[in-house]
Amino acid sequence: MTRPEAARGFGSMRRKEDARFIRGRGTYVDDIKLSGMLHGAVLHSPHAHARIVSIDTSAAEAHPKVKAVITGETLSALDLAWMPTLSNDVQAVLATDKVRFQGQEVAYVVAEDRYSARDALELIGVDYDPLPVVSDARRAMDEDAPVIRDDVEGRTDNHIFDWEAGDRARTDEVFAGAEVVLTQDMIYPRVHPAPLETCGIVADMDKVSGKLTVWTTTQAPHAHRTLYALVAGLPEHKIRVISPDIGGGFGNKVGIYPGYICSIVGSIVTGRPVKWMEDRSENLMTTSFARDYHMSGSIAATRDGTILAVRVTTLADHGAFNGTAQPTRFPAGFFHVFTGSYDLRAAHCAVTGVYTNKAPGGVAYACSFRVTEAVYLVERLVDMVAAELDIDPAALRMKNLIQPEQFPYTCATGWEYDSGDYATTLRVALDLAGYDELRAEQAERRARGELMGIGVSFFTEAVGAGPRKHMDIMGLGMADGAELRVHPTGKAVLRISVQTQGQGHETTFAQIVAQELGIPADDVEVVHGDTDQTPFGLGTYGSRSTPVSGAATAIVTRKVRERARLVAGAMLEADPGDLQWEAGRWFVRGNPTSGVTIQQIAMAAHGDIELPEGVEGHLDATTVYNPPNLTYPYGAYICVVDVDAGTGKVRVRRFVAVDDCGVRINPMIVEGQVHGGLADGIGMALMQVMAFDEDGNHLGASFMDYLLPTSMECPSWELGATVTPSPHHPLGAKGVGESATVGSPPAVVNAVVDALRPYGIRHADMPLTPANVWRTIQGRPFRTDLAIT
Amino acid sequence: MNGEEYERDVEPRLLLVHFLRDDLDLTGTHWGCDTSNCGVCAVWLDDVPVKSCTVLAVMANGRTVRTVEDLERDGELDPVQQGFAECHGLQCGFCTSGMLMTARWLLDKNPDPSDAEIRSAISGQLCRCTGYENIVRSIRWAAEHPGGAVFGAGPEVVA
Repeated sequence: MTRPEAARGFGSMRRKEDARFIRGRGTYVDDIKLSGMLHGAVLHSPHAHARIVSIDTSAAEAHPKVKAVITGETLSALDLAWMPTLSNDVQAVLATDKVRFQGQEVAYVVAEDRYSARDALELIGVDYDPLPVVSDARRAMDEDAPVIRDDVEGRTDNHIFDWEAGDRARTDEVFAGAEVVLTQDMIYPRVHPAPLETCGIVADMDKVSGKLTVWTTTQAPHAHRTLYALVAGLPEHKIRVISPDIGGGFGNKVGIYPGYICSIVGSIVTGRPVKWMEDRSENLMTTSFARDYHMSGSIAATRDGTILAVRVTTLADHGAFNGTAQPTRFPAGFFHVFTGSYDLRAAHCAVTGVYTNKAPGGVAYACSFRVTEAVYLVERLVDMVAAELDIDPAALRMKNLIQPEQFPYTCATGWEYDSGDYATTLRVALDLAGYDELRAEQAERRARGELMGIGVSFFTEAVGAGPRKHMDIMGLGMADGAELRVHPTGKAVLRISVQTQGQGHETTFAQIVAQELGIPADDVEVVHGDTDQTPFGLGTYGSRSTPVSGAATAIVTRKVRERARLVAGAMLEADPGDLQWEAGRWFVRGNPTSGVTIQQIAMAAHGDIELPEGVEGHLDATTVYNPPNLTYPYGAYICVVDVDAGTGKVRVRRFVAVDDCGVRINPMIVEGQVHGGLADGIGMALMQVMAFDEDGNHLGASFMDYLLPTSMECPSWELGATVTPSPHHPLGAKGVGESATVGSPPAVVNAVVDALRPYGIRHADMPLTPANVWRTIQGRPFRTDLAIT
Repeated sequence: MNGEEYERDVEPRLLLVHFLRDDLDLTGTHWGCDTSNCGVCAVWLDDVPVKSCTVLAVMANGRTVRTVEDLERDGELDPVQQGFAECHGLQCGFCTSGMLMTARWLLDKNPDPSDAEIRSAISGQLCRCTGYENIVRSIRWAAEHPGGAVFGAGPEVVA
């Protein structure tokens, strides 16, 4: 009898990828050095809105180390001056007519080294004729607002779209009959994901073979390849996109940026590889931002605290080009999941998108296609109801949560939540926090004049985009492929279409194969991030890797297992239908000693055994997974803060987070993802904002001005878990990468507002910097997104 | 430089981080922000962590520089390297080299730091993935295992 070694499937497990990172042996884009490689640099506009009168590149071209200078005019000749965005708009690669935001790309230099390329930028003379600027989204639709997108014939305003969801009439009706109606304007300010590795590319066009190879910071290598083919007219099989080690993505590395296109053109023009890496200011000023949602929300409830309906009108600032990255049919992303975790009678939202003189983007930064904004809206409104009715905010939530027996639950705006036991999760969080003791302590401190706040949020996420029939990006369906090869000795290679930027795919996905095939995770090599080596799929963002590609991996492994069953039948001279599976082997039902291991089967499948008619041999399989629905992870978060009334400084004393993301493949990795998202939430709630002045100057263009949380702002996170499997995912798993980023900002803001309750304050906009909190206490809050007096 | 002597003529303006990465191919040290805020470029200059994006290469003339590539010696990982793998102290890996260099420096000065002392030591360095908690745990693990621990190169079940 041969029994497999103890198989290692799900469970906390050290990461395979760490061996290289702890030695400084990762390979990020900027670590790649090719023979004869040149360096690119981008010239950016100092103006937010200006007509380009002329560009003089002669001095730059005369620089001894400069190999090429590319302008919009150069690109126009190649029909590449404009490129499509992910939202059916176009974006200038290099400006031709005018610049539309500060930092917009105007020219590109290729030189022998990085310093010379930068030197040459200073030799380019651009004559600008400044134009009036739209900094404030609320002024974008004014009669006298300058038209930003006059490149589009016939355009006379800055309006992009109007979009709505839910039942307006029904919602109005419920509001009209409600005992309590509260309305609040709130801003989710413009923030930036700011991964520590900026964006960049090494582009290498081999003129002999006609093959373009790019190593680039992309979360979606296959989508990039197809878009390069469509934009540049290059044959798709002659494009290879490699996403090597990526120093964090968070949504920043989904899109295609002008610097990528310019570098590819630079390689074509010079015949040599070209590297371009942004510096930090370029990253913060030009690449995908997130949020910039100006929401006016209302909530209706009964006097006894039954929440009836929510409605919201939103002004969405999309910047100078509509370049949000989200499924095509959802111009406001998944914002209409703002009904949150509550059983409402009605809901309605209306979203208007406008152009402003700011960088394009809008969906980035772990937001799950704007679920972040949705959760913030509803969790702030629910807290306002609690304060208005003087009901404890945790008790109010408990009273209104969707009940376990209501799942699958279709919310008032049409989303079908797959599974949940919300009340249990909230109770676990309250117990973990010692909620009643905290409230008692708060009462004591308040009596002494101290400002302590306790903030609760309960979020439901919608992740794992998505079903083909509902979701695509630029016509590309959001399904993902997987291929599994099992070598003769039983070692396996898994090829997946998603791509890690730190999420630990090389470990987690090996664990899925290990679990399903009963072989050690060590025996599974995960290949990803290279379009020549992996099946097509749309990449890693929106917490979609485990829901989509994880499911594909489970299914392809089960296919391999079924192929192994046929071979095992031949080996055991038994009807395959009589065989039974246990981790790592097939055996004849009722006779557990008569089995063959997957390793023995693999060898036989490649060997000389006679296989039945119709059985191919080998065990390799491929699959494509089209998810039937999104997965809906959720969680209950509790934040405790102390506020210094004299300075307005907020200290996060404790943060309790209980997440339910279904079955956890590697709990250590899940907890790590939650930790990171919680830090992001503190950053957004208390520190991070990209504000602009009235001339469109970017006021957060370095880490000296755009403040990210350090070890000093973050408490020691206190985590808990409940496990409610997804009924439609083959492993019962849900996504989790963005849960904490989505759920934590309202917990922090609710805590600060709770602390400020003695002042009668019911809302304050993020970020709650000391200055903002202090001004709020004085009754003179300011617009956090604008420096306009 | 990691125990070896190098002689190079460099431009006066060349940053140490670019000298290490581009001239010496020591790419374990990363480039992140240009303003000394993020610390992914942290290396030792004469046994003190510095941010090599705001040090000129010429300022290292005649001095010693130590980078992440020098932590593993004779095939033995430094306990801080082990700690980060053991406690999931990294995700994307981009801040890791700088964090490791600061961690080693801290433990050389203070072999048994409190959590507050660990947080203070790494407060000049950013991590966007971990929320710092597991970095603190990793450094504490290293403090508790000054001789390291035996574990294989591959993944093993932890916790």
